[in-house]
Amino acid sequence: MSNESLDPRVQRLDLHREENDYQTTFQWITFEVFHQQKRGKQPTHVGIVHAPSPDLALVFAKEQYGRRGITSNIWVVKSSDVYMFPQEDEDMFSTIPDKQFREPGAYKVRDKINAYKERQG
Amino acid sequence: MYGGGYIPPEEQGKKIPVDQEDPIKLKEFEDRIERGEKIEPHDWMPYEYRRQLIRMIEQHAHSEIIGSLPEGTWITRSPNFKRKLALIAKVQDEIGHGQLLYSAAETLGKPREQMISDLINGKSKYSNVFNYPAKTWADVAVIGFLIDGAAIVNQLINSKGSYGPYCRALERICYEESFHLKQGHDNLVALATGTPMQRDMLQDAINRWYKPLIHFFGPPDTSSVHSDKLMKWKVKLASNDDMRNQFLDQYVPKIRELGIDFPDPNLRKNPETKSWEFSDPDWDEFYRVIKGDGPCNEERLDVRRWADEHGKWVRDALFNPSEKYRIPLA
Repeated sequence: MSNESLDPRVQRLDLHREENDYQTTFQWITFEVFHQQKRGKQPTHVGIVHAPSPDLALVFAKEQYGRRGITSNIWVVKSSDVYMFPQEDEDMFSTIPDKQFREPGAYKVRDKINAYKERQG
Repeated sequence: MYGGGYIPPEEQGKKIPVDQEDPIKLKEFEDRIERGEKIEPHDWMPYEYRRQLIRMIEQHAHSEIIGSLPEGTWITRSPNFKRKLALIAKVQDEIGHGQLLYSAAETLGKPREQMISDLINGKSKYSNVFNYPAKTWADVAVIGFLIDGAAIVNQLINSKGSYGPYCRALERICYEESFHLKQGHDNLVALATGTPMQRDMLQDAINRWYKPLIHFFGPPDTSSVHSDKLMKWKVKLASNDDMRNQFLDQYVPKIRELGIDFPDPNLRKNPETKSWEFSDPDWDEFYRVIKGDGPCNEERLDVRRWADEHGKWVRDALFNPSEKYRIPLA
């Protein structure tokens, strides 16, 4: 079929249109991507890629998430290998900020020391 | 169990009108958005919120992919090596943006391959501007500066929305788009300050892109059906006219300072209403192009389909049937 594109490359394509519903193929595996800016820094979750294997996931992740700035390394992990708590259980962490006895700020000794010193004269 | 199937089984394939949602969950959900919290893939959300977001993010993703076609055709015909490198990088970025947005849409439960099939079959839309041809190199400058500028106005506003994965994708996209805008401006200024022939070519491109640019943000608020619900849920954050005004505020002066103007004697900012006025940009044409009757609709989808068909053997060769696809986590 000829086409009337302004683009010489498109003109050279053998474009054809069938009326039936087009279905593209299956999905690949989903990998979560972690980006490390510098050696010694924590890798940070930045997004996902679809790839047929970990090797190709790294290649795609480099293209997708290492396009700008500094990169030291990239990790990929299959999404199915990530385990997490159900989101509705979020409240099990809610009392943590109240547990002040775990914080250094909860221990104030200076007043007692000063009072002791005063008593000693 | 973890990460898969975010649409609870009882909700799958069901259409739930907003007034039939669980009122307690709906209230909690709306309160969270009101407080400025982000909604994440695992959270409860009303059916209509999910549906609108999938539609919106999917269309955005398709626009990135299809949008790279008119510019991509100019890579081999770039006027010099520096412009060619910039254009290749920009087109690669746009494809990457499409991938990021597909990932965000997938977290809502629609598989990426389904979105691609729907695009190729003409079931889902993409931005109307990409159904117009890039006739000369000046079109590349106009797309790079004005179309990308308009897209950035839209994306910056949307990045303040309520759905976490979409906001995160948009932040990354806006960061990269700033380079697109700069190189587009550089390209446009080079033509505007160049030879008379270059200026004519630029003026001609601006004349042709003017209407599609006015169409870009959609029909005027008076005629567009936009739901207060979507505003309340922070799916939509500004009206079409607000975004268009913001765009014209920013970009009209940048074109006029070059001694180039838009082909509309009525384009002016009303000093009283503070909003822009322009001649009727033929909204019928806008609706015709959306329905598929634009100058390039057919070519764009044919090229996309050609690429998909011709890449199939590679994907087939790499496919490992023992591995299963999974919806992304965040």
